[in-house]
Amino acid sequence: MADIRNDFAGIKSPNPFWLASAPPTDKEYNVVRAFKAGWGGVVWKTLGLDPHIVNVNGPRYGAIWGADRRLLGLNNIELITDRPLQTNLDEIKRVKRDWPDRAMVVSLMVPCEEVCWADILKRVEDTEADGVELNFGCPHGMSERGMGAAVGQVPEYIEMVTRWAKQNTRMPVIVKLTPNITDIRYPARAAMAGGGDAVSLINTVSSITAVDLDVMAPEPTIDGKGSHGGYCGPAVKPIALNMVADIARDAEMAGLPISGIGGITTWRDAAEFMALGAGNVQVCTAAMTYGFKIVTEMIEGLKNWMDSKGYERLDQFIGLATPNVTDWQYLNLNYVTKARINQDMCIQCGRCYVVCEDTSHQAIASTKDGKRHFEVIDAECVACNLCVNVCPVEGCITMEPLAAGAVDTRTGKVVAAEYGNWTTHPNNPAKVAAE
Amino acid sequence: MARGFDGADIQAGRLPSAEYEANFADLHPPLSGHEALVAADRCYFCYDAPCVTACPTSIDIPMFIRQIATGNTAGSAKTIFDQNILGGMCARVCPTETLCEQACVREMAEGKPVEIGRLQRFATDHQMAAGTQPYTRATPTGKRAAVVGAGPAGLACAHRLALHGHDVVLYDAKPKPGGLNEYGIAAYKTVGDFAQAEADYILSIGGITLELGKALGREITLDGLRRDFDAVFLGMGLGGVNGLKIEGEELAVSDAVDFIAELRDTKDLSSLAIGRRVVVIGGGMTAVDAAVQSKLLGAEDVTIVYRRGQQDMNASLYEQDLAQTKGVKIKHWARPVRVIDDGARRGVEFEYTRQGAGGLEGTGETFVVEADMAFAAIGQTLEPGGLDIALDGGRIQVDDDYRTSLDGVWAGGDCVSRGDDLTVTAVAQGRDAAEAMHRALTA
Ligand SMILES: Cc1cc2nc3c(=O)[nH]c(=O)nc-3n(C[C@H](O)[C@H](O)[C@H](O)COP(=O)(O)OP(=O)(O)OC[C@H]3O[C@@H](n4cnc5c(N)ncnc54)[C@H](O)[C@@H]3O)c2cc1C
Ligand SMILES: Cc1cc2nc3c(=O)[nH]c(=O)nc-3n(C[C@H](O)[C@H](O)[C@H](O)COP(=O)(O)O)c2cc1C
Ligand code: SF4
Repeated sequence: MADIRNDFAGIKSPNPFWLASAPPTDKEYNVVRAFKAGWGGVVWKTLGLDPHIVNVNGPRYGAIWGADRRLLGLNNIELITDRPLQTNLDEIKRVKRDWPDRAMVVSLMVPCEEVCWADILKRVEDTEADGVELNFGCPHGMSERGMGAAVGQVPEYIEMVTRWAKQNTRMPVIVKLTPNITDIRYPARAAMAGGGDAVSLINTVSSITAVDLDVMAPEPTIDGKGSHGGYCGPAVKPIALNMVADIARDAEMAGLPISGIGGITTWRDAAEFMALGAGNVQVCTAAMTYGFKIVTEMIEGLKNWMDSKGYERLDQFIGLATPNVTDWQYLNLNYVTKARINQDMCIQCGRCYVVCEDTSHQAIASTKDGKRHFEVIDAECVACNLCVNVCPVEGCITMEPLAAGAVDTRTGKVVAAEYGNWTTHPNNPAKVAAE
Repeated sequence: MARGFDGADIQAGRLPSAEYEANFADLHPPLSGHEALVAADRCYFCYDAPCVTACPTSIDIPMFIRQIATGNTAGSAKTIFDQNILGGMCARVCPTETLCEQACVREMAEGKPVEIGRLQRFATDHQMAAGTQPYTRATPTGKRAAVVGAGPAGLACAHRLALHGHDVVLYDAKPKPGGLNEYGIAAYKTVGDFAQAEADYILSIGGITLELGKALGREITLDGLRRDFDAVFLGMGLGGVNGLKIEGEELAVSDAVDFIAELRDTKDLSSLAIGRRVVVIGGGMTAVDAAVQSKLLGAEDVTIVYRRGQQDMNASLYEQDLAQTKGVKIKHWARPVRVIDDGARRGVEFEYTRQGAGGLEGTGETFVVEADMAFAAIGQTLEPGGLDIALDGGRIQVDDDYRTSLDGVWAGGDCVSRGDDLTVTAVAQGRDAAEAMHRALTA
């Protein structure tokens, strides 16, 4: 059986599944329940200075649903902890004492003054917590007060605050990044430059999930008004994966531990983040949707998959997919595929036909000998893969590569065996001469 | 009234009164809002969707389902009503398992089609509850049309004519409109007096005068209608029934359609007498409905006997299954030879049949199904009532425009020689005849 014990920036936990800093980690009661359920660690709900902030007293969440009201995306306007600092610290200390094998990381957000950071770090150290996470990500409310994403959007501030943190504590410092920037590498490099031990990402994406068309206000609506919130859940996973990969494959940041966050709902999501270079993962929305018990599925699923692949430890697959993330210009243009419809599996819905006909390349025929029948026309198929994605039957349409030497009937060209990319393509005005 | 054998065990109130209510409750209860969203989400919005082709009224099914999914229930109902103003009844009574849902690609994929019928009911129920029609009549044309028969064909025809601005007089021999919707369809398919609510809804378009208790050949004549109106539509359905023509028939055999009509017309079902043992002869929907409803009224043993094999039955497989789950026995390959009541035994004697070279033949071997009541459900016939009109196979002959052999007279529904005997087919024909009449009236 695979060993999934995790060491993240020196913080040990029995598995790589941590609860992200959020309502699930808001207080002792929740965290104890989480540990009982099997979570490997928690990042405690972000602490701030007293007097503690207050939350709105109306609804905090907006949501996007899929079929059967499956929650796909959640948006919130909650702020950091709304309880006194000492109450949180006392509980953190107690929980860590009672659950010594679990990771206890404390999330922090205080104003941009060194003394504030020095003071709170001292008090967190007294709890025996394993590390801290600097919350530079919260995109609403706190950012208006010069904290959270307001810091996370300015690399210089990130570096400065991270440095203060490192100078004022012996604990590992994880810097939590906001996705509300254009290039995630800049804030990540700043965290590294400031001496941060690791980064975690993503925090929530600035968003408005819906508009109430009766009240004419964004949701959630508080007394007729709404403000943007932070988006999370399955919908943000693709954004998070891309940002994790950007950091993982950046030469300047080689070796920087990454805690992957954003839409992780199943063991497979977790494995994907880790394959792209995340050293562990954090989960919020999935727990808020289904409760803590989901971690059982995550743990067992990950182990089963590792066993089936022969991975004995996490580090045997962490980052394996990173080298395969490349820039578009290096993709092999000599790799030619054609869509193939398996007629035995086809249920004749015709979706592939209509999308190809209306919106793509007119490469699917809808009749054969006067009968309903869907078949790819190789001479038109550009291999875009849209038909595969709209087909309701998994595996019915596949993309089959043409063998080297075969003729692509669309271009009339023979498929070349050798790799050839845009950098050497004759249509590229900036091409370099191929050797 | 269904009577059965003299002195046999035939009684009302066989069940505790609460059981009647449960037995005759909605066969397919309505979907709740959330259920409808989930069911709607299963629709793939197919290209040139096979379900649309399979619907006799060609409702744009993927579109109305998508409208449900997006919360546009009113728009969804309009999509349905545009093609089928009796979409509410059809949602309840269509044998969807042989129509739209059979064609659904998910039926092919996983044996579980999108629940088109129930979704259709969801949308139409909503609109009908709102009480408004999504239509306004065209400017009056000054033309007048007579429609004979207020069944599905006549109602659909009258509505479409009224929509186009013509004035319609709708005649029916019965005291209530609806035709077999009111007097034929199984009670558990259309609970809560839906047929009347639907007829009221359809008539609310305006421009239609309903004349009940007026029968063609009695109070009104075709000649008179042709003289007084610019166009005439005949939608009288099939008034006659086929008799068994066997010895002793008069002793105990009742017509299944009459029995069902009586049942549909009875408010308190516990007052309806039923035999302890019932035998039903036939293989169509009427046979199944008579048998199942006998059972639901408390009959102990109910047997359907059909002269051919299972696959030849007009009742769909679903209907046959329904009968069997309700405890009805179905016997195939036997035909009735005589009714017996010899003191020792009461019932119907059958002869086994087989497919011979020259068609169906008896094997000579017989058996008796003992019964207190027997119903014949072996088909209905047109009662031409002295109409001087061309027939085809015993029904009114019509062309592609539903025009009869008589000038200015159109016909549709069960009484004509084309299409299946289904509510939805009658609606399609009534509607299409109305379009043809409209073309003729405005030419
Ligand atoms: C027992 C039974 C169960 C059925 N179950 C189903 C089912 O579950 N699903 C389904 O799709 N189909 C079912 N059908 C078939 C369906 O009911 C018919 O196909 C449909 O009703 C035909 O419509 P129509 O308008 O042509 O005729 P009808 O519904 O028969 O209507 C004819 C109307 O004309 C009136 N009329 C007749 N003669 C005259 C006259 N001389 N003058 C004035 N008015 C006259 C009648 O009173 C009646 O109102 C069933 C039929 C029966 C008998
Ligand atoms: C209601 C709510 C409150 C949150 N509060 C915090 C917080 O206090 N500190 C923080 O760093 N992140 C906070 N987050 C962000 C989560 O920790 C996490 O980064 C984000 O939800 C993405 O992960 P997910 O897709 O698994 O939910 C919050 C998220 C939610 C939904
Ligand atoms: S679950 Fe609903 S009721 Fe409970 S705290 Fe949240 S918003 Fe309020």
